[in-house]
Amino acid sequence: MNAEIDTTNYLNMDLLRFTTAGSVDDGKSTLIGRLLYDSKSIFEDNLEAIEKSSRERGDENVNLALLTDGLRAEREQGITIDVAYRYFATPKRKFIIADTPGHIQYTRNMVTGASTADLAIILIDARKGVIEQTRRHSFIASLLQIKHLVVCVNKMDLVEYKQEVFDQIVEDYQAFASRLNISDIKFIPISALHGDNVVDRSEKMDWFQGSPLLYTLETTYIGSDHNHVDARFPVQWVIRPHSDEHHDFRGFAGRVASGVFKPGDEVVALPSGIVSRIKSIHTLEGGVTEAYSPMSVAITLEDEIDISRGDIIAKPDNQPENTRNVEIMLCWFDDKKKLQPRGKYILRHNTRETQCIVEEVRYKVDINTLHKVENDADIGLNEIGRVVLRSQQSLFIDPYMKNRETGSLILIDEQTNNTVAAGIILEPLHDNRAQPDPGFSI
Amino acid sequence: MLNYTLTHLEQLENEAIFIMREVAAQFQKPALLFSGGKDSIVMAYLARKAFHPANIPFPLVHIDTGHNFPETIEFRDKLVGEYQARLLVGSVEESIKKGRVREETGINASRNGLQTTTLLDTLEEHQFDAALGGGRRDEEKARAKERFFSHRDDFGQWDPKNQRPELWNIFNGRKHFGEHFRVFPLSNWTEMDVWQYILKENIPLPSIYFSHTREVIDRNGVLLATSPYLELASDEKPEEKVVRCRTVGDMTCTGVVESTASTLEEIIQEVAAARVTERGGRADDKRSETAMEDRKKAGYF
Repeated sequence: MNAEIDTTNYLNMDLLRFTTAGSVDDGKSTLIGRLLYDSKSIFEDNLEAIEKSSRERGDENVNLALLTDGLRAEREQGITIDVAYRYFATPKRKFIIADTPGHIQYTRNMVTGASTADLAIILIDARKGVIEQTRRHSFIASLLQIKHLVVCVNKMDLVEYKQEVFDQIVEDYQAFASRLNISDIKFIPISALHGDNVVDRSEKMDWFQGSPLLYTLETTYIGSDHNHVDARFPVQWVIRPHSDEHHDFRGFAGRVASGVFKPGDEVVALPSGIVSRIKSIHTLEGGVTEAYSPMSVAITLEDEIDISRGDIIAKPDNQPENTRNVEIMLCWFDDKKKLQPRGKYILRHNTRETQCIVEEVRYKVDINTLHKVENDADIGLNEIGRVVLRSQQSLFIDPYMKNRETGSLILIDEQTNNTVAAGIILEPLHDNRAQPDPGFSI
Repeated sequence: MLNYTLTHLEQLENEAIFIMREVAAQFQKPALLFSGGKDSIVMAYLARKAFHPANIPFPLVHIDTGHNFPETIEFRDKLVGEYQARLLVGSVEESIKKGRVREETGINASRNGLQTTTLLDTLEEHQFDAALGGGRRDEEKARAKERFFSHRDDFGQWDPKNQRPELWNIFNGRKHFGEHFRVFPLSNWTEMDVWQYILKENIPLPSIYFSHTREVIDRNGVLLATSPYLELASDEKPEEKVVRCRTVGDMTCTGVVESTASTLEEIIQEVAAARVTERGGRADDKRSETAMEDRKKAGYF
């Protein structure tokens, strides 16, 4: 860590959330350990602790993977079993890593990690090339609309840093990635173990013209990834002070999901459809002149209209679709029960909670081959399928492609209260099965 | 402002406020755990922002080991007054008197472990169904996998393998009777973020965070403040040092560090240069490599 921190600079840093996916042995934990280690984000006592553990386990070098394998069960089995979050910063950016395991049975964790990520790192073992798991990870990144993908070909040291190996993997990957919806894909040959092209440029691969990984993470531009067009404000809570000073104050508290709100804007409250104007956008520091995603504010309106948690404030000329039929790509998370055809679940969309019924399972996706499996309604743990839900109350939705916030939902089991599925909302289906599939094309 | 982006500190602040409002909305009876440490001071500050101009719609709960730095209690009472907040105190001393827990004896005796029982008893007594805490994922390995909404069963236990996935910004706080949640709005903050935020917002802190002269002993490389609660070994000689606290907890196990940092800016320079993690100064984590995981499973903060 830098001896001298520039406080002014720190206040101007931005944030990049990224996810790492890889299979058991392709060195993901070592890569993260390397990023933390080389960016000097590891403290002395942490390092001492892993040096001690490494010695006790009889490892030859300091095992950087031990930095990230947190829970006892993981250290015993030598695998990562859940999403773990890591933090590091460079003078340019702060990073949040969602470190997710890559086994077939942990699609659930990968989807979870990807749901908030701006960028995904896909790890490929240089000796193995593009394998099923690579395809699965890439598909999920595409399905969850991660805009930036960095494919790291790791263990280059074990293939003598040969350019041909790297080039072949890039070619194989591109052939299959043409079916994905990701526009920005970069490739970097690395050795996480030795630090080649992770923080510093590798001296052993002078044939590589691109930037090392850390520089790529620092400079990937994500400013235009947010939707600042469609104004959506899901109401979380109504602030009513019940004090003499703020007797008439009614603030609709929430976080801007997308778009921009300004005092004076004409807005519509949904589902009531009543139109009013924004009187003020309130924060503790006073009114703000505009609110955009992901700002948490409280909006007051000119007129006294009835709005409560679960409602959405939008603009009269740009409203989300009002529907009770939702077409989604669903990823199933429950290890005890499968998705029940005609089953009833609790549906959470933004701050709105209602019941829903599974109307139809259109098809299942084989996430290794990306093939559709028609006539298979049997969706169990870690499986993905295209499903139609019918909700009890109206929902105000946007396609996930346009809006991550208002285009996503979760399903909750009524008995266990567990979160059992994630749903990615698709374009409303007007003529049956005529629209392309999300995340990939077949 | 032109390109509609927020800095990372602004993003963290807005995220924490969002989480606090979700808690107010999703739970019947939430509470904010307030230790008097800098993280919980930031939490109370953010809670005030989240619900302004209304008061914080849940009480602050202090689990009092009885072994506090006196400065912390003074500071707590002042903050509660200023925020017009409600304060509830759960007393470890009472738990000991009632026979719910037994006081540790011997030279490493600490009430830190006893807090868990008092905490769970307090939550149950008042039927709190959500407890907001200032825990951060960067503090310790076991916390890296903690959720924002962390489900606890009806025994108050944490099951690391049975935590709900958290997708996008949708948080599922549904629960059965008797279960509760711990909620951590500062999950994504690091120690540096907390300090920078305190500086940016000019948030007052108890004086023990800043450099002062104090009588301490050196025990296994950890400097402990002497107090009537700390039993000394025969070869331990108290000496005066210029120190400050990096965290605030039970006096008997919270290490202090030698430091001349007397302003927030100086503390930040010190944190930046620090080679020992924040919890490194806490004797309770050193008991075993998975000490934190074990205590979390039992319902610790």
